[in-house]
Amino acid sequence: MRIAIASGKGGTGKTIVATNLAVALAQDDHPVTFLDCDVEAPNGHIFLKPEITHCETVSVPVPEVNETLCTRCGRCGEFCQYSAVVCLGNAVLTFSDLCHGCGGCSLVCPDGAIREVPRVVGEVEWGPAGAVRFVQGRLRIGQARVPPLIRAVKTHLPQTGIAILDAPPGTSCPVVETIRDADFVLLVAEPTPFGLHDLRLAVETVRQVKIPHAVLINRANPGGRELRPYCDRVGIPILLEIPEDRRIAETYARGELAIRTVPAYAGWMRALFGRMRHEALV
Amino acid sequence: MKIAITTSGFDMNAPVDLRFGRARDFLVVDLETGNARYLENREGVSAGQGAGIQAARLMAADGVQVVLTGHCGPNAFRALQAAGIRVYTGVTGGSVREAVEQFKAGALREATAADVQGHW
Repeated sequence: MRIAIASGKGGTGKTIVATNLAVALAQDDHPVTFLDCDVEAPNGHIFLKPEITHCETVSVPVPEVNETLCTRCGRCGEFCQYSAVVCLGNAVLTFSDLCHGCGGCSLVCPDGAIREVPRVVGEVEWGPAGAVRFVQGRLRIGQARVPPLIRAVKTHLPQTGIAILDAPPGTSCPVVETIRDADFVLLVAEPTPFGLHDLRLAVETVRQVKIPHAVLINRANPGGRELRPYCDRVGIPILLEIPEDRRIAETYARGELAIRTVPAYAGWMRALFGRMRHEALV
Repeated sequence: MKIAITTSGFDMNAPVDLRFGRARDFLVVDLETGNARYLENREGVSAGQGAGIQAARLMAADGVQVVLTGHCGPNAFRALQAAGIRVYTGVTGGSVREAVEQFKAGALREATAADVQGHW
């Protein structure tokens, strides 16, 4: 079962849920793979403390122009919707950081003057974290091409067992790339007006991708009434409410797992998994 | 000589838009005849990325030789330079007419590099 942990808003608790869920299920002898798809700021490793045994660079194809063969016809620049290649006067310029790697420029070039060369955008790393198989992507500083790196992380999805995908915040391409072939999306939300606002955006996104989903309310407080009326109205189940608890925050701040310091946490994670499995089937 | 000034309006009295790639519009002025023509920066304004490059293409396609603006980022500068278009940054405000007068009086300096980062 592939479970993506997403949120819309940043800082709601995706990673604390994803990492604790991974270890709690592994303790129950489930085969668990944790994939940190928040490649711009991967932080699952802080809590899972993996031993990285493998590292591979990930490249995207970008155009390289042979100026001798190029006749400055300008078709590449007319084709490219991202201005990654442009013909201006007697010059042909490439802007590889704008390139989306479609290869169209080399196809439309009538002179065979454009070839695609690899440009490194980041690394995929993996290794064991106790009983959990750990995989993460790391985008290189200055790079903006996130989805290809997430796809590279997802080549490590297991055929069987449980995969937990820690998604980036937001609702844009990196999130869609992370959740698109998940069996279930758990939306971690916080009971604040901002939390509700971004939960709505996240729900719209997940509905577009047509994946079963439900909500976990993190740092739930008795006075917080922001999320439940909305979830009831749109018919999204709330699978778990994790209470506001200083011990959980302190544990997280130390880079440790909550299941080790808050005895109830592991039970919550087991119950959460059972409910997600149930929701994914209905 | 054809010069283009970044603006948020439609005529010589309109204010200068200090951005190049995402300037709302351009006013293209023929210094010999004094004629001024409005040029919409539709693709630059709506581009997700590469606005400066799009705007530079628009300038080249229109035969502009000089651009007057507030600031110019690295991609836009590279594209303008490749097209052989000179860019004068450092306009700090005022109307299009005032910017043209400053240029004629030699009060603006030709840029030799981008003066701001992309997405400024």
